[in-house]
Amino acid sequence: MKSPAFEYVRAESVADAMSAYAEADGDAVYLSGGHSVVPSLALRLQAPALLIDLSNIAALSGISLHDGWLRIGAMTRHVQALKDPLIAAHAPLFTAAAPFVAHPAIRNRGTLGGSLAHADPASEFPAAAVAMRAELEIASSQGIRRVPADDFFVDIYETAIEPGEVLQAIHVPSPVAGQVIGFDEIARRRGDYAMVGAAVQAVSRGSGLEDVSIALFSVGNHPVRARKAQAALTGRMIDADAIADAQAALEDDLDPPDDPQFPASMRLHLARVLLGRVLANLEAVA
Amino acid sequence: MTSTDHIGQSHRRENALRHLAGRGRFVTDLALPRMVHAAFVRSPMAKGKIVELDVSAAAEAPGVVRVFTAETLNPICAPWTGTLDHFAGMKSAPQNMLAEGQVLWAGHPVAMILAHSRAEAEDACELVLLDIEDEEAVVDGDAALVEGTPLVSEGIDSNLCFRTVLETPGLDEAFANAAHVVEDSFTFGRHTAVTLEPRAVVADFDPSTGQLTVHHGTQTPYQFQDVYAHQFGLPDNKVRVIAPDVGGSFGMKLHVYNEEMAVVAASLKLGRPVRFVADRLESFVSDVHARDHRVSARMAMDAQGTILAMDVDDMTQIGAISTYPRTSVAEGNQVIRLMGAPYTMPDYRGRLSVVFQNKVQTSQYRAVGHPIACAVTEALVDRAAEQLDLDPIEIRQRNLVADDAYPHVSATGYQFEKLSHHAALAKLREIMGYDALRAEQAELRKQGIYRGIGIASFVEITNPGAAFYGVGGARVSAQDGAIVRLTPSGEVHCAISVTEQGQGTETIIAQVVADQLGVTPDQVKVTTGDTDTTPSGGATWACRGAGIGGETALRAGRRLQAQILAIAGAVLQAEPATLALAGGTVVDKATGKERITLAEIGRIATYRPDTLPEGCDNSLTAVQHFAPTGYPFDFTNGIQASHVEVDIETGVTRLLKHWVVEDCGRIINPLLVDEQIRGGVVQGLGPAFFEECMYDDMGQMTNASLADYLVPMAGEMPDIEIAHIETPTLDTILGAKGVGEAGTAAAGAAAMNAVNDALRPMGARISQTPMTPLRILTALGHV
Ligand SMILES: Cc1cc2nc3c(=O)[nH]c(=O)nc-3n(C[C@H](O)[C@H](O)[C@H](O)COP(=O)(O)OP(=O)(O)OC[C@H]3O[C@@H](n4cnc5c(N)ncnc54)[C@H](O)[C@@H]3O)c2cc1C
Repeated sequence: MKSPAFEYVRAESVADAMSAYAEADGDAVYLSGGHSVVPSLALRLQAPALLIDLSNIAALSGISLHDGWLRIGAMTRHVQALKDPLIAAHAPLFTAAAPFVAHPAIRNRGTLGGSLAHADPASEFPAAAVAMRAELEIASSQGIRRVPADDFFVDIYETAIEPGEVLQAIHVPSPVAGQVIGFDEIARRRGDYAMVGAAVQAVSRGSGLEDVSIALFSVGNHPVRARKAQAALTGRMIDADAIADAQAALEDDLDPPDDPQFPASMRLHLARVLLGRVLANLEAVA
Repeated sequence: MTSTDHIGQSHRRENALRHLAGRGRFVTDLALPRMVHAAFVRSPMAKGKIVELDVSAAAEAPGVVRVFTAETLNPICAPWTGTLDHFAGMKSAPQNMLAEGQVLWAGHPVAMILAHSRAEAEDACELVLLDIEDEEAVVDGDAALVEGTPLVSEGIDSNLCFRTVLETPGLDEAFANAAHVVEDSFTFGRHTAVTLEPRAVVADFDPSTGQLTVHHGTQTPYQFQDVYAHQFGLPDNKVRVIAPDVGGSFGMKLHVYNEEMAVVAASLKLGRPVRFVADRLESFVSDVHARDHRVSARMAMDAQGTILAMDVDDMTQIGAISTYPRTSVAEGNQVIRLMGAPYTMPDYRGRLSVVFQNKVQTSQYRAVGHPIACAVTEALVDRAAEQLDLDPIEIRQRNLVADDAYPHVSATGYQFEKLSHHAALAKLREIMGYDALRAEQAELRKQGIYRGIGIASFVEITNPGAAFYGVGGARVSAQDGAIVRLTPSGEVHCAISVTEQGQGTETIIAQVVADQLGVTPDQVKVTTGDTDTTPSGGATWACRGAGIGGETALRAGRRLQAQILAIAGAVLQAEPATLALAGGTVVDKATGKERITLAEIGRIATYRPDTLPEGCDNSLTAVQHFAPTGYPFDFTNGIQASHVEVDIETGVTRLLKHWVVEDCGRIINPLLVDEQIRGGVVQGLGPAFFEECMYDDMGQMTNASLADYLVPMAGEMPDIEIAHIETPTLDTILGAKGVGEAGTAAAGAAAMNAVNDALRPMGARISQTPMTPLRILTALGHV
């Protein structure tokens, strides 16, 4: 379990990083927290010639508010999602998700950008990003673009980031009055990747729920927006009937993978149970 | 006892601070001059013929020193065969270091690369051209026995390794007359030890002296001294095995492995140090696995719920080859002999079939056989209670052997000197607040919260004599030895053959010796784990450190005590019988008055022996070996309870609490005894809920990494409350029995009973481990 030899460079700017990538003819891997990259090297799942360390790039760090959006630098560590007051106030689903992500040692190093770029289908932060309708800021040689989270997650370990591009920041719209959230997962052990997880956000008005946003994870190749369940809840007060309708709608929303160790029927069952529990425990955040 | 000042008291593990301070010294830490690193090319397939093996490119790779294949390495090592004579008729293929012609499991080592670094050796592994013609792998034990199934290997003529039956004459009649019969089939998932420190070895052969030194992270250095001497044709006094700090072993580190043998062979060939440290991935496909059993069992009762008999059929799946030198049959053998052991049950039939398949070999792992026998017995006892509408405590009260009915012989022939099942049951009931828990359970069920309470009585085999292996022809030492000496300054040193793997052996030995010599444990330095500096012995296997090692130390200490008192008598012109040792001095036995310090005895005997009277022996070193006599084993007993909550919607079980009442005879160190029990319980709960080596139908292990193989973690483990009964064995002066396996023996059984108790209102039941959410949801009909 020793990685093959590789070269290492620490980039000082995004431009630096992208040119190093180009010079290596693409035989390079960006390194942020390293908690997915380094194990994959040790397991010899990949053997790039060059590792480009992003951790020193100023443009990738920092957490700040602009025009009703929170900009979270890609290098922001998991532990900051857990502790930073700006994230707690303006991207509360990241804060709610953070305790479920691995263990303290990993949260100290792992980054939000790395988690989203890695796009593990069982990962918590990608689903939180989808549920919060975050936008991802991607730098390429052509310039900078913002991609909605719904379009960002393409497939298993695959995102809208093209080879050589750098994820710079995550933009999250600030909560509006009446906003409620819920996050939970079912895992074999504390800190494990989820068997099934759910991130929910909505706006609670006197007349019922509006702007319902539900992202389930570990139920498909990437976080899945449960559109039918969202529709089933829209305009309704949360009660047993509404929850049951949302649960029933998951049948159409989800097409989980089937595996003898984890049959599709079990994922669907757990997703229903979990969604029901999250909906019954929504918390006001604004 | 001379003094019981320290025996019976909690003393912190002597090496704990050193380890905490980062001063541990493990084989993994060792770097010797000119040392090379080994990596192995392993078979990617579960079974096949090697049609091509070309190592020429690897041999040319950067940093590579040598490449070995079976052809170039195996001839210097005699093959070994994992059979024992007392398992009549058992067979297994002979083995050697690197696969010869045929590969027998995915992970079987085929070639060995030696390089200046492990990374370079791994790089070179990728350059080896290995072409294997795939053969149909045998992956299932039941299928292995079906006519027409291919053989697991060319070295055997049947996939059946061993079969035996134990039967009492009254068995059929007992079932015929039974008022009630309960039955079930059980499947136990294969799992493995996952020690914190993986297997590690540095072999260093010096051709100029003919000396082989092997630094080996093992629990049985003397056994490996003997194995290396025999297999490589060396005199055993030229083989030194040193086991320094060892990061856990649990039985996994006493088997002969291809890799360790190959490392020794390579050092012999190269005349330089060779190092191998298994990484996690190769640990999963080369460390022994354990407890891959399918059991069908029935139990007969009379109308009052008295257990009349059990009828058990165990099929054990052991992988491709039986392990050496203790075999892969010992586990199944213990399974069928431990069934029903706590109960008066007069009749019994146990059938055992031990079957090969193309997987990693299985063998002894902490609590060998106990968890299986205990889970089956206790599950049937609970089912009987349910059928007879008896409380689980009540049915056990009716059937446990009475505390005053010893000696007792079990239906399977085990002899019990004296056990305390009823006292343990009563204490358990009290410490767990059983009645209140039952009331709470009933109340919570009304709210849709499903909690379960599970109980499991057990016996544990400890202090084994030669009956385990020696009688079968295995060169496995059943005795131990100690050298105790008084230093010239009056301090004490003890070199002993029992070993330390983190369980605190050295600490309890110091306590025992201290009490014989009237000093404090911190005045006793204990050396273990080096065949050149300690006497030969069994070291650590089964449960023997306290019971056998402790008795050895006690007797050695007493021998030295007599020598010291003889010298003191000569110096003081007093009868030695009127003197005693206390507080670091020789005292007058009657008055306790100090006569002369140990330092003074050391000084005189060492520097001024000329002042001793003519003929006075100045030896301050005592040697003592001890082999258990009397009962073939000292059985211990105990009872465990598990309290769980099953989320019946998700199948996830939360472990709320665990209790253990245990009787290990005389307790030398309560703190370390409790540590042993807690660790053991966790190793029992792991496979009950999480741990399983999963294979696909091609014989590939599909979860062979710590990302996918789930070990129990602190967050999931319950608080474990422990209480004791103390029934010393009369076979020794010390009276201690073993405790290392007690926790593991019954934790899973108690947990399975607890989960089934929780599921009872839904009419669901589970009899397969690990009890995963999938299996629980399946039992509940949700999947
Ligand atoms: C034991 C363990 C348990 C874990 N448990 C969980 C868990 O429960 N849930 C969970 O979600 N995760 C878990 N993780 C994963 C952990 O959170 C990862 O660290 C994280 O997913 C990736 O973040 P990173 O900063 O470590 O990224 P890295 O490993 O450095 O990078 C990950 C990938 O993203 C790319 N990348 C990184 N940053 C950028 C960027 N700015 N632009 C473009 N590409 C980029 C890299 O090239 C790489 O391909 C666990 C990890 C470990 C080791």
